[in-house]
Amino acid sequence: MDPLPLTSIRPVFRAAAVAFVPALEPASPAIWEAVERTIAAALAGRPPGVTRQLALFLRMLDLAARLRHGRSLAGLDLLARVRLLERFERSPILLVRRGIWGLRTLVFMGYYTQEPVIAGLGYRASAAGWSARR
Amino acid sequence: MTTRRYDVVIVGAGAGGGTMAARLVPLAAAGKKVLVLEQGPRFLDHDFTGRELDMAPALFADGGGFLTADGSMTLAFGQGYGGSTIVYTGTSLIAPERVIRRWNVPDLIHSDLAARSARYLGQNNVHLLPTDEINENNRLFVTGAAKAGYHAERFPLNLKGCRGSSLCNLGCPNAAKQGTHRVQLPAAERGGVEVVTRAEVRRLGEGRLEVRITPRPAGGKGTESEWAPGEYSVATDHVVLAGGSIGTSALLLRSGLAGLPVRVGHGFTAHPAFVLVAEHARPVENDVGHPKSFFLDRGEREGFVLETCMYFPFVTAKNLTGFGPDHARMMEAFPRLQMILVLACDRAVEGNRITINRSGKAVVHYGFTQTVRESLAAATRAAARIFFAAGAVRVHAPLADPPVIEARDQGRIDQLIAARHFLPGATSISSAHLMGGAGMGWSAADSVTDGFGRVHGRPWLRVADSSLFPDALEINPYLTIMALADRVADGLLADLKTN
Ligand SMILES: Cc1cc2nc3c(=O)[nH]c(=O)nc-3n(C[C@H](O)[C@H](O)[C@H](O)COP(=O)(O)OP(=O)(O)OC[C@H]3O[C@@H](n4cnc5c(N)ncnc54)[C@H](O)[C@@H]3O)c2cc1C
Ligand code: SF4
Repeated sequence: MDPLPLTSIRPVFRAAAVAFVPALEPASPAIWEAVERTIAAALAGRPPGVTRQLALFLRMLDLAARLRHGRSLAGLDLLARVRLLERFERSPILLVRRGIWGLRTLVFMGYYTQEPVIAGLGYRASAAGWSARR
Repeated sequence: MTTRRYDVVIVGAGAGGGTMAARLVPLAAAGKKVLVLEQGPRFLDHDFTGRELDMAPALFADGGGFLTADGSMTLAFGQGYGGSTIVYTGTSLIAPERVIRRWNVPDLIHSDLAARSARYLGQNNVHLLPTDEINENNRLFVTGAAKAGYHAERFPLNLKGCRGSSLCNLGCPNAAKQGTHRVQLPAAERGGVEVVTRAEVRRLGEGRLEVRITPRPAGGKGTESEWAPGEYSVATDHVVLAGGSIGTSALLLRSGLAGLPVRVGHGFTAHPAFVLVAEHARPVENDVGHPKSFFLDRGEREGFVLETCMYFPFVTAKNLTGFGPDHARMMEAFPRLQMILVLACDRAVEGNRITINRSGKAVVHYGFTQTVRESLAAATRAAARIFFAAGAVRVHAPLADPPVIEARDQGRIDQLIAARHFLPGATSISSAHLMGGAGMGWSAADSVTDGFGRVHGRPWLRVADSSLFPDALEINPYLTIMALADRVADGLLADLKTN
């Protein structure tokens, strides 16, 4: 089963996700699957309209890349993609800023909650607290 | 529809509801039937895994992603046996005298509130952490503040057996935090008060509540409800609303009671907050030890409070401004990070309020006033000074453009950090101090309840939670909520005695 309810625009989603978290570029299929599964679970708890809006927003980003750079979002190199998304992040239109914020938050949720990623950051909090350290 | 009858029903089992429940034990002992209805579950000790992915969806409303109507602020509030006290950090402060005076609530005097607060300080085992349990993230705040010319104060904390896991906001895995789920609610149940979880009060009418009991979802945390799933009609003489700022207003509004005070939902304040992060050149002990031991109160003079904090990777990533390589570099520096939480002391203004949508769900409208933006900027400048004085090499400041300030630029903090860089929807802002919506005051024209939480014109209906605040408290609110609920309980007990 496809974990992410955005199959038709997966390349756009992944292109944006890599711009938000560059470490995803070389990520293994297992990490991608875990990230997308986490996001899918979060979206499943939201009204269906949220997923529709997200898909629409991703299409809008892709269209903007094509109009501005003559390439799809996935076709842009990382820096150009980041710059384009940063323009939207600073857009005068609140709805657009919100869209970027929401999308990046989902990607961060997908990525920074994975155990290997957390361990890789060196974050070691555990219930044992001090007794695990001293 | 199943029908039940109780003498008093409390809606919500958080800071206010838990306090109320414990105070009504003498009623239960005298044979009266007292019921607490809580929409969230009753968690078991082993449910608290400390993992962000498990805990946030289980403990927080909308999984921690509840947004204001325009999407520019995330509101964090807990749901369950204990309400937001399950996820709070346990800092326990008595309300400032100046704030209570400014509230100008009939019969509410600071000394009374302080005496009641002191009782809960004792009940909740509030004390200062021993120095050897204070981690480096907290110590850096103190030394940085002193070098920058500020005086950091120590937070009294309500802990018993804290192991320093630093996971407080994901629910304590060591049962150490003395929230109402650990102290007042168990005491209430031992004293004969009935608590029913997974019990959402859908509507409220005079003498009757419509309640829906939901089953435990497959694989979900917590126990099954104490009642069988289904629809219930609960008859009662007295209702005490303690659903939290948002829950209480939403319930009042969707119940459509005729002639309700027009101020329901108004006066919402939130202490809008963001997280500032600084990178040091060497490791900082930050992910072990209680996260919040110190604060800097500039509420009176500059409209802000700084607190030490340490968040989990996802919450940290979400709170940093921006994304891409710069953001990733900051995240990769996690073991070298110092963190400070910045809170603005906002004021109740027209327009910032709670309403409901067509399905009766709360919608929170919140706009950032220029004063709040200036307070956030002033707070960010103070925090940046503290970070650099503590030895940070760079500071991530959302109100700077670009948001990263290098140590070599610390002399230009005043120019670099400015309110004009605040961009709602792009700057990550959140709130965990939700206040107002059913504020206390003099009459139905200016408020929802009187000084004892009685809804104007409805002797059977009371409020006993953070909704009562007529304006922001300017410090961490839970202790004041408990003190106010304690007062409401006195009022109810006195009325019942007279009648
Ligand atoms: C992450 C976090 C950290 C915090 N840290 C601190 C701190 O360190 N110090 C401090 O002073 N404060 C802190 N706070 C704030 C403090 O926890 C809250 O202000 C306080 O718990 C609010 O009390 P309350 O009774 O108003 O609502 P809550 O404690 O939120 O309880 C309301 C309860 O009512 C239930 N409810 C709502 N509607 C209904 C309904 N219709 N039917 C049935 N049940 C309903 C909810 O599910 C909830 O359990 C923190 C809050 C958060 C979220
Ligand atoms: S730091 Fe202490 S109170 Fe907080 S979660 Fe850990 S053990 Fe519990």
